[in-house]
Amino acid sequence: MSDRLTIETSALRKNYDGVEALRGLDLQVPAGSIYGFLGRNGAGKTTTMKVLLGMARPTAGAARVFGLAAGDRNASVDIRSRTGFVSEEKSLYGYMTVERIIRFTAAFYPKWRRDLEQRYVRAFELPLDRRVKALSLGTRSKLMLLLALCRGTELLMIDEPTAGLDPAVTEEVLQALVAYVSGEGATVFFSSHQIAEVEQIADRVSIIHRGRAVVAGALDELRERFRRVQLVFDGEAPAPAFRAAGIVRAQRNGRSITVLSSAGADAVIEEARAWKPISVDVVPVTLKDIFLETVREEQ
Amino acid sequence: MMLFRPNPSLGVPIYLQLMDQVKHAIETGALRPGEQLPGIRPLAEELVINPNTVAKAYRELEHEGIIELRHGAGAFVSRNSGAKKLTDKLRAAQTTVAAAVKQLRAEGLSEEEIRRLFEAELAGLARGGNRE
Repeated sequence: MSDRLTIETSALRKNYDGVEALRGLDLQVPAGSIYGFLGRNGAGKTTTMKVLLGMARPTAGAARVFGLAAGDRNASVDIRSRTGFVSEEKSLYGYMTVERIIRFTAAFYPKWRRDLEQRYVRAFELPLDRRVKALSLGTRSKLMLLLALCRGTELLMIDEPTAGLDPAVTEEVLQALVAYVSGEGATVFFSSHQIAEVEQIADRVSIIHRGRAVVAGALDELRERFRRVQLVFDGEAPAPAFRAAGIVRAQRNGRSITVLSSAGADAVIEEARAWKPISVDVVPVTLKDIFLETVREEQ
Repeated sequence: MMLFRPNPSLGVPIYLQLMDQVKHAIETGALRPGEQLPGIRPLAEELVINPNTVAKAYRELEHEGIIELRHGAGAFVSRNSGAKKLTDKLRAAQTTVAAAVKQLRAEGLSEEEIRRLFEAELAGLARGGNRE
C-alpha cells in the first residue's frame, strides 16, 4: 500500500495493574481517511487514544503518529500540537464563558480557523455569554468539538463525537467532520457506538475486541466480502464443519445452517453443495451485523 | 442536487449505490451528455458521506466511460456513445427484470424473498465462473 499512514500501531500492548487493556493491536490509518474505531465498552478504544497521544506508555509494541514514536516524550509534544483531541471526559474550565474559552484556546494555536469558529458557533447554536458549567451535556460536547475543529490540525482524534446529541445536531457534527477531511485533507480518527454514523461517513473501520483488532479494512470491501448464507435441508442439517476460509460463525438449527463468511459466499455454497441443501439464500450483511457477530462472546 | 441519496445501512457499498444513482440520472435524462456533475467535495458535504467514497464512484464511472474527469474542471457526463449504449443495455435489462419481478409478485413472493433469490442466483453465477 502506497498510502501514507497517519496512525500506525503494531503488536501494541498496554497493561494497567495487571489488566491487559491492549493485547497486540494492529492499526493502519491512512492520511485523508475518516476512520471509525468500533468496540464495546472496555474493548480498549480509549486506551489506544491515550497511548497515541503519549498520555499512556505502551507496555510493548509500536505506536506511531505522523511517523513519530508516540512513546517518545519530545515526539509526543509534536504529535499533540498537530492533533485535535476531543475526549469523552469533556473536562473544561467551568467558570469561563463560552466566548472566553474559545479565545483562551485560540491563543494556543497559530493556525486557529476564525472562519470555522464563526461557522460552528452559529451551526451549533452556542450561547457565547453562558458559563461552561451551566451548559447542557450536548452543548458542552458541541463546544469541545468546535475547539478541536478550529485548531487547524492535520489529525482529529475524537472519542464518541455524538454521544448524547440529538439527531439534528449529530448530522451537523458528521457534516463538520466530512468537511474537515474534504477541505483540509486532514484525517479523522473517531470511536463510536453509533454504527449507523460510522457507516455513513467512515471509509475505513476497525472493530476492536478485548484489546485486538478483529475486523479492519475499507468499509466498501467489508460490505462486499461479508455474506450470510442460509442453507435449508430436507431432513436434519449436517454438522457445519466447513473448511472454507473466512468462516466467522456457522450455526446449526434444526433443518437449517446459517453461516457468516468474511470471504464471500462462493466457497461456502460450493462446500455445502455436497450436503444437497434444498435451498440456499445469500444476504448482504450490515456493519451492525458484522459488529455483533465479531464481538460476541463464545458461549 | 438531491438526485443522489445513498443509504449507508443497506449493506451495499456506498460508491456502488452512488454509481447506480448517477447512471439512473443519466438514463432518465436528469443529467444530459456534457453536463457537469457536482464536485467531489460539495457532494460529499451535502450527502454527508466520505469524500473518498465520492471520488471512488467518479473514478469507476470514468473507467466505464460514463463520465469524464477533466483535471481541475470537474466531472462531466460523457458525450460519446459509451454511456448511451450502456444506458440502452440497462434499459433493456430493466424491462427483463421488471417482468420477472412482476411475475414473482403475482405468485405471492415478498420483496425480501425476491431480493434473496436474486442474490443467491448471482452467487451461483459467480461460482460457475461467469463473473464479470
